[in-house]
Amino acid sequence: MKGYVVRRIGLFIPTILLTTVIVFALFFLVPGDAALFILTGEEGAGAVTDEDLRKLRQELGLDRPIHVQYFDWLWDTMRGDLGISIWYREPVTNEIRDKFAVTLQLSVMAILMAFVVAVPMGMISAVRQDTWPDYVCRLLTLIGIALPTFWLAILIIYFLAYVFDWLPPLGYATLWEDPILNLKQLFFPALAIAFHDLAFTARVTRSSMLEVLREDYVRTARSKGLRETIVLGRHALKNAILPVITVSGYQFARLLGGTIIIETIFAVPGLGAFLIESIIHRDFVVIQAVILLTAAVVLTLNLIIDLVYGMLDPRIRYQ
Amino acid sequence: MIEQQRSEESALARAGGNLAAWGHDAGIGLSRFCRSKPLGAAGGIITILLIVMAILANVIAPYQPKESLGREKVHLPPQQGHIMGTDHAGRDVLSRVIHGARISLYVGFGSVAVGIALGFILAVLTTYAGGIIDLSFQRLIDSLMALPGLIIALAIVAVLGSSLQNVMIAIVIGMLAPVIRTVRSQVLITKELDYVLAGRAIGASPLRLVFRHITPNCMAIALVISTYYLGLAITIEASLSFLGVGVPPDVPSWGGMLKRAAEEHVKTAPWVAMFPGLAIFVVVFGFNLLGDSLRDAWDPKLRGR
Repeated sequence: MKGYVVRRIGLFIPTILLTTVIVFALFFLVPGDAALFILTGEEGAGAVTDEDLRKLRQELGLDRPIHVQYFDWLWDTMRGDLGISIWYREPVTNEIRDKFAVTLQLSVMAILMAFVVAVPMGMISAVRQDTWPDYVCRLLTLIGIALPTFWLAILIIYFLAYVFDWLPPLGYATLWEDPILNLKQLFFPALAIAFHDLAFTARVTRSSMLEVLREDYVRTARSKGLRETIVLGRHALKNAILPVITVSGYQFARLLGGTIIIETIFAVPGLGAFLIESIIHRDFVVIQAVILLTAAVVLTLNLIIDLVYGMLDPRIRYQ
Repeated sequence: MIEQQRSEESALARAGGNLAAWGHDAGIGLSRFCRSKPLGAAGGIITILLIVMAILANVIAPYQPKESLGREKVHLPPQQGHIMGTDHAGRDVLSRVIHGARISLYVGFGSVAVGIALGFILAVLTTYAGGIIDLSFQRLIDSLMALPGLIIALAIVAVLGSSLQNVMIAIVIGMLAPVIRTVRSQVLITKELDYVLAGRAIGASPLRLVFRHITPNCMAIALVISTYYLGLAITIEASLSFLGVGVPPDVPSWGGMLKRAAEEHVKTAPWVAMFPGLAIFVVVFGFNLLGDSLRDAWDPKLRGR
């Protein structure tokens, strides 16, 4: 186990460093440089004086050599200082903290909702393979995967507006201020995200369960005369659920992508909506910070999943 | 002389025969595919209809997609003459949906062709090279995999600015990492197969091994995953346009059409948002059905999963 942990962490460190390089390098893909881009806008129109340009370059630290800029930025980032927003003129770390909490809550709600429905659905589908419940479940998962999240969200809003005369709220209540209102506000956005994730999780559950059901120990359990609920619950599900949990964990990355659109549509003040806002304002400091934070969360989560998986399943450790 | 001519003729005849046989086999294969995979065939039909719709957009669309029909025609509900209604500028939604197929297909096929080809070449070369090249390249892929495709695409568009071409570049970069991972796993399996070892044993050059023996056996998986990525590319383009950072607003793209409709007119004119969304859904659904069935047909071990 020790060797496995060392190996896995040995992969983690270069990966996360490389991610910081990629995110940092993004700045340098901007045609001209970031300062010019900020001053002139996308079309390159507008008068720019050399003085303005020089001042902004100095402010952004763009007049220093690239490697100095990178290590400086890396050091600040590691200490939790993500820079000053170009648009809001506020420290990005403060701006991001609350928004990250909102997105995290939304994602966790979505993944829980998806899991609670998807696992039984996948199980029924596997146990009753090639019967009508299976066909219904499979059709639902196919639809769920193909349904664009934003369209589903629009359908939900239309439905709510038409039936309950409800529109996305302008204000937002945090979990601490008003837990019930907060959960009410986030329920439908989470549902819209969950639907896609549900389809995916159900599919994985089904195939994992199908595989386990053909194992010898399940046959043994049945021939011992155990009740079907015990065979399925204690013998089959326990083994089938591991890959499902792993895949759900990896799904988290895609979930974070999904929240961007949903937050924008439902006016949820999360990280995703903030990212879109920053892209429209060309606030590169914020864009960088949000992307880096997302990558760091996903990589750390993947590391934890792999370590836990290795702990639970000895076959992984010795590969 | 005559002998030579005769042998040339017979070679030609053989080639012709092969071609005919291949055509015949392909025909049988196709009809067998349709019979055993009705869902996949349905997906194929959706795909073909979409392509036809995009090519003939100018002929079958009843109105010009960018042209307003006048102020009295704003937000007409679906009716005779406008079966999908009209939008906030008095444009026929059906015509815009038909023309939107062009944008979606252009972005979809364009970025998937480039993305799969580029990913395929990178995956085959680095995996076959092995050693430190493979190891460091894989770490790069790890870092890219940590970011959702949509976030990568958003970052690229933020940097390059929004245009049709930049949206496609963004989609290609967003799909590279997972494509490389998938192809790599197939290369790793193929690399160890007996016939590759045999090829190496008789002294085949590395280039020959890669192009003659390994590449052809990884082509099938590239074809299968490309149908999934077609759906994904279309969804990402629609998402970017929906978020207002994709193709310019006057271009009739499905995502862009949804944007305005969703922001301002969900309650008053829901049809403007319903139909473009439905179009995206049907198309992605069709590509996924086709992809699933192709994968099953290609690898029976995965059947029914």
